Amino acid sequence: MRLVLAAFGLALSLAGAQAQTLTMAVGAPVTSLDPHFHQLSPNNAAAGMIFGKLVEDDANGVLRPGLALSWSAVAPDTWEFRLRPDVRFHNGNAFTADDVAFTFARIPQVPNSPSSFAGFVRPITRIEVVDPLTIRFTTNGPYPLLPMDLSNLFILDRETHANATTEQFNSGAMAIGTGPFRLVRHANGDRIELERYDGYYGEAPAFARVVYRMITNDSARTAALLAGDVDVIDQVPTADLARLRSDARVSLSEIMGLRIIFLGLDHGRNDASPFITDNEGRPIARNPLKDVRVRRALSMAIDRNAITSRVMEGSATPAGQYLPPGTFAYVPDLAAQAHDPEGARRLLAEAGFPQGFRITLHGPNDRYPNDSRIIQAIGQMWTRVGIRTTVEAQTWSTFIGRAARAEFSSFLVGWGNNPDGSHPLRNLIACPSPERGWGNSNRGRYCNEALDQGLMAAMRELDNGARAAQLIALQRQALDDLAIIPLHNQTNIWASRRGFTVTPRVDELSMAQSVRPAAGR
Amino acid sequence: MQSGFVLVAMSLLVFLGVYAVGDPIEILISPDADQIEKERAIRALGLDLPLWQQYLVFVGKALQGDLGRSFVFNEPAIQLILQRMPATLELAFGSMFLSILIGLPLGLYAGLRPNSALSKGIMAGSILGFSLPTFWVGLMLIMVFAVQLGWLPSTGRGDTALLFGIHWSFLTRDGLSHILLPAINLSLFKISLVIRLTRAGVRETMLMDYVKFARAKGLSPFRVTFVHVFKNIMIPVVTVVGLELGGTIAFSVVTESVFAWPGMGKLIIDSINVLDRPVIVAYLMMIVLMFIIINLAVDILYTVLDPRVRLEAKA
Repeated sequence: MRLVLAAFGLALSLAGAQAQTLTMAVGAPVTSLDPHFHQLSPNNAAAGMIFGKLVEDDANGVLRPGLALSWSAVAPDTWEFRLRPDVRFHNGNAFTADDVAFTFARIPQVPNSPSSFAGFVRPITRIEVVDPLTIRFTTNGPYPLLPMDLSNLFILDRETHANATTEQFNSGAMAIGTGPFRLVRHANGDRIELERYDGYYGEAPAFARVVYRMITNDSARTAALLAGDVDVIDQVPTADLARLRSDARVSLSEIMGLRIIFLGLDHGRNDASPFITDNEGRPIARNPLKDVRVRRALSMAIDRNAITSRVMEGSATPAGQYLPPGTFAYVPDLAAQAHDPEGARRLLAEAGFPQGFRITLHGPNDRYPNDSRIIQAIGQMWTRVGIRTTVEAQTWSTFIGRAARAEFSSFLVGWGNNPDGSHPLRNLIACPSPERGWGNSNRGRYCNEALDQGLMAAMRELDNGARAAQLIALQRQALDDLAIIPLHNQTNIWASRRGFTVTPRVDELSMAQSVRPAAGR
Repeated sequence: MQSGFVLVAMSLLVFLGVYAVGDPIEILISPDADQIEKERAIRALGLDLPLWQQYLVFVGKALQGDLGRSFVFNEPAIQLILQRMPATLELAFGSMFLSILIGLPLGLYAGLRPNSALSKGIMAGSILGFSLPTFWVGLMLIMVFAVQLGWLPSTGRGDTALLFGIHWSFLTRDGLSHILLPAINLSLFKISLVIRLTRAGVRETMLMDYVKFARAKGLSPFRVTFVHVFKNIMIPVVTVVGLELGGTIAFSVVTESVFAWPGMGKLIIDSINVLDRPVIVAYLMMIVLMFIIINLAVDILYTVLDPRVRLEAKA
């Protein structure tokens, strides 16, 4: 009898131990565990489980204290951060301000980085360690965005990581941080195994063990969820959404994300645009897209509701501006452009194109959900108002190089925002300027000097209220001028088996901390 | 000599091809990196030099045995490939094993009793085997055996055990259960090939004089089939299986993607998608070498199987 009870108890505890393991499957592979090597969302997600940051961002993109308890601008060009005491790395070393100084010095030095984090530390001209729990950063002029920039940087330990190479991180030897999970094993491109770190300063994660698998094939990932091999998946393919919503074994967690899908237009050419011709196929002497009425007509011709409900199967929200609600300097009371084909035709006639013209719309076919189907839908909508559209979808590797060289007249592309009104303005709308580092993703080459001046002033305004008002005004200006045509914001969706709840994040990151067992199981 | 020429040609083609397709930096760089960052990344990966100079740098390092570091992982390309090789080899040899185990007996039966209903069924089945797309079959296998029946795991590689310092998953029971579905998926095409080849070979040799003579001499049907006929039909089968093995090791991209199998095929397609040129070059050069070795092995097997080749070589 006692033997039976003992066996029963053992079985129960084993079942309990089993319930302590979370298996997640993500669609984009993690390429490195070195948190400073490659600025890539999957890498940031993995680093977010193992390492800590001075400033954390929560599921809604709001900045929260991380390794820094508080921060303030003690002078127009100096920020002071007060650090959290009694924090230890996974190997027992104490976290101090000196580790922060070491980390920021290492970031620009990581060799062979295809996309480093150096841009975030460049505004810092001097780092002063005041005492082990206080650190001051001097910036090149007032820089209100420093806390947000620091929410991208993971902190390492000077004693442990003094000469750490990227390979040592990947093998696991150096993957030591202050995060809620400790690394157990890393099989490159296949899976990461983690266990709970009991010395974590924050809220303890719900699971003792995590297996973080990478399954890039959409159908295989969904099948793994349905088969019960994994508990949570991200990047749910839109084609499977309807089926998963009705499946009793699965629950979905959704949130309107920071990524915006938009159309870029050729602003760089005053004369002929490469892919625009008149109805007989002859090039047009002046670029129609330079006329704001033509741009507005193009935007009015698009039925965004049809795209989000039919093409995106409800997994997107029509956008009237660059950022979703809840972000800093979100423009209030601005609805998405309504579908108005009659108005579009009228504007085209006013602009001198009563018969319309021909244009080619380019886009990728393997990068964003339903990207090639979206441009096909838009092509039909434009043709209906008289702009005969040819659609050309290419694989991302060819498309993005050509788009960066401004070879297209109109093209579809996406943009993952930081939750701050200055972010899209700086990168997508500002005049391309290598010295300033602005407009690097402005592939249409839109350039409005007045707007740039206003943006520069806003970027130096330390008072949040004043800066928000300035950024709102600037966004209104850019939106009225239709520098780009916003289409929709993608919804970030996670699917989990019943018994797990996922807190959805606006930044698309899939981290084990977001998952908890469902209440009342 | 010829192989050296092929290697050089392959590396040239890859360099030119990647250059023509696009720009690795545009794909890898974070969208909100500014121009200063882009310049830094371009310099770090050696992409600021003109193309011919990049090629010369590559050749110089290759002659010392260094085929470059992956842009994406920053690890030596050869190391990345060798890390993934055991997984792909398991799958390739598993599917070859299955194709011989299933294909040969079925093909033999279909050749010896060509008019029976079972033979006709086997031949019809073999048509399905090479017309159904691998992608679809793989997903169907997952849906049926993993999702509906729950007998086998749906994706991934199972637990591994160490042998000669390398992790192999066929040594564990869990590992074998993970290999089964992808190996079946990969072997379907080969099974059909082997069935048809074996059947054609059997039908042809059964009509030969020496078979009639052997039967006239009074040898048992078993000995006639398995000693005389069998050896003589093996040459085309060995050739095809060898070529297919090479192809499977090198390019089992679809199966590895569908089953999230961490092998070389998945590595190469991911590298092509992001234009990770060092990995593409290193991989294709290794594949060329591998095909050369396999062809050599097949040639050696010929001399074992076919005495005419041995006698010719002596004469």
